[in-house]
Amino acid sequence: MNRIDQRFTDLKHQGRKALIPFITAGDPAPDHTVGFMHALVEAGADIIELGVPFSDPMADGPVIQKACERALKHGTCLSHLFTMVEEFRQSDTTTPVVLMGYLNPVERLGYQAFADQAASAGVDGVLTVDMPPEEADEFGPILKARGLASIFLVAPTTSNERAATICAHGEGYLYYVSLKGVTGSASLNADDVASHLAPLREMTGLPLCVGFGIRDGATAAEVAKVADGVIVGSALINQIAENVDTPEIIPGLLKAVLGEMRHSMDALNRN
Amino acid sequence: MTKFSDLTRMPDARGHFGPYGGRFVSETLSFALDELEKIYLDLRDDPAFQAEFDHDMAYYVGRPSPLYHAKRWSRELGGAQIWLKREDLNHTGAHKVNNTIGQALLAKKSGKPRVIAETGAGQHGVATATVAARLGLECEVYMGAADVERQKLNVYRMHLLGAKVIPVESGTRTLKDAMNEALRDWVTNVDNTFYIIGTVAGPHPYPMLVRDFNAVVGREARRQSLEQIGRLPDALIACVGGGSNALGLFYPFVEDDDVAMYGVEAGGDGVETGRHAAPLSSNAPRGVLHGNRTYLMSDEAGQVSDTHSISAGLDYPGVGPEHALWKDVGRVKYVTANDREVLEAFRELTHMEGIMPALESAHALAYAKVLAPTMRPDQHIVVNLSGRGDKDIMTVAKLDGVEF
Repeated sequence: MNRIDQRFTDLKHQGRKALIPFITAGDPAPDHTVGFMHALVEAGADIIELGVPFSDPMADGPVIQKACERALKHGTCLSHLFTMVEEFRQSDTTTPVVLMGYLNPVERLGYQAFADQAASAGVDGVLTVDMPPEEADEFGPILKARGLASIFLVAPTTSNERAATICAHGEGYLYYVSLKGVTGSASLNADDVASHLAPLREMTGLPLCVGFGIRDGATAAEVAKVADGVIVGSALINQIAENVDTPEIIPGLLKAVLGEMRHSMDALNRN
Repeated sequence: MTKFSDLTRMPDARGHFGPYGGRFVSETLSFALDELEKIYLDLRDDPAFQAEFDHDMAYYVGRPSPLYHAKRWSRELGGAQIWLKREDLNHTGAHKVNNTIGQALLAKKSGKPRVIAETGAGQHGVATATVAARLGLECEVYMGAADVERQKLNVYRMHLLGAKVIPVESGTRTLKDAMNEALRDWVTNVDNTFYIIGTVAGPHPYPMLVRDFNAVVGREARRQSLEQIGRLPDALIACVGGGSNALGLFYPFVEDDDVAMYGVEAGGDGVETGRHAAPLSSNAPRGVLHGNRTYLMSDEAGQVSDTHSISAGLDYPGVGPEHALWKDVGRVKYVTANDREVLEAFRELTHMEGIMPALESAHALAYAKVLAPTMRPDQHIVVNLSGRGDKDIMTVAKLDGVEF
């Protein structure tokens, strides 16, 4: 079983919700990324989304744009990411890792080469922000053949008809984008999220994870009430951005931010 | 001889031009693109919509634009006769207005009160601000901070027209970054905002509809050639950044196998230096940016390259997907003109014909200087003079060491 499916199966048995941090690989420099990944797991991460830096991150707000710029200053590219995941896997063989990014770096490397290298490095899933299922006819089967999950986005603007198509193609989990906007936007509305997740539940057995606009333990817990997982990116990357000159303190800060979310989400079970 | 009759049947239902084009966007925009496609396909063949477009073209833009025989310059070059399709005489001074009029009509039908645009040289921004003023729509234009600096005149024109110009400081601070930021705005304000894309790039249906609105240029040029020359021209030349003026001129001629077509990309300091904006002629790899697959200048890791051109309007690492297909099938020959040759052509046309071209259009003229002498005086070339040079006077003056 793919590590992602295994993880959601385990969480279901435990009655817990997935906490999914996102960081941009290579930010503030490539040497730090694996250490950050381990710190996130220690603080309660169930799955890690590792951002592939891109020169033109069209769906991202300023926080992740700047993270990409910092990573690209060091030339961080897909081959570095594969090395990072390989290194991470030396001591963590169970936490799923999802690569999230834009299509062009993947196209440049080639779908086949990408899938081969990602799978052998220990990657479990791939989310390509600018590749909807309609354009994934070629890429999807190549990923599947290597046991890599194709993860897709669903937005508040997605029609039920499209959502059905996305559910049919999606694997691992569905990433529900909580609001119309770029990453790092204003806070989400939990009631609104709940009303959008309900019809998706009817369509698919895939876990529904929610990202965009999750800032702290309180919003994470709100979302965890209605979703199977909570994705957090900009709130973590802010910690990196504010401490680029003292990277040694970043793991502790990431653990504090993520730990608070873990605590608030798990507290739901005890109530 | 190759038959190109399939080319007018592009794109397919999903917006693909062969392997190019498509709709590579984040999910939030999918519904807006579906909606736009539906509005456009419903209206495209509606005679009332066509009549409204034609009326605006005639009475607001001032079409048809003349096809002008540049006799003195042709004699000087000593070869083929050069005819200029005078898009510079349109209202707002470039072909860009053809498309913004069309998209503004779509915006009106969509009922959205706000329009946004990206702009490089500012011509598309000005054309968008113009139609927005006329229709009473709120208008914000994204423009790379580097372009704001080199196109101050157009920035002020947009300001006078009531539009807000937002300088984009990210990335290379040029057209591609302006487009990133416009897409970010659209994804955030998609409920009340219509995005008027200025070139034949972007996600489907933009490359198709921008082409269709600009094809008025080629339809007129074809008719005018028959009237004034007595036959079709032997060659067409247009500059290519995103490629909207070139597609507009070429598209109605695409099945005329005897008409040769030349797309002139920005050679910058010279393609061999790497400092250029010529993805087609430099054989850039295929890639995906701004919603479509095309030839895209990028490094080995897939990061989009910095580009260079004297003209802000051509300073873009990609190119419309239909051009990518036309390169592959050999329908159009893509060549370059470098900054030095462009300035020379700019000065030459100004001196010899009293017409000051935009630096973008001067790329097409620079290639006419190469091509015409290889042809006979009884042969004819139509060059798309896509815009006027007023906006570039400061750039040229600076090179001349003149300060105001």
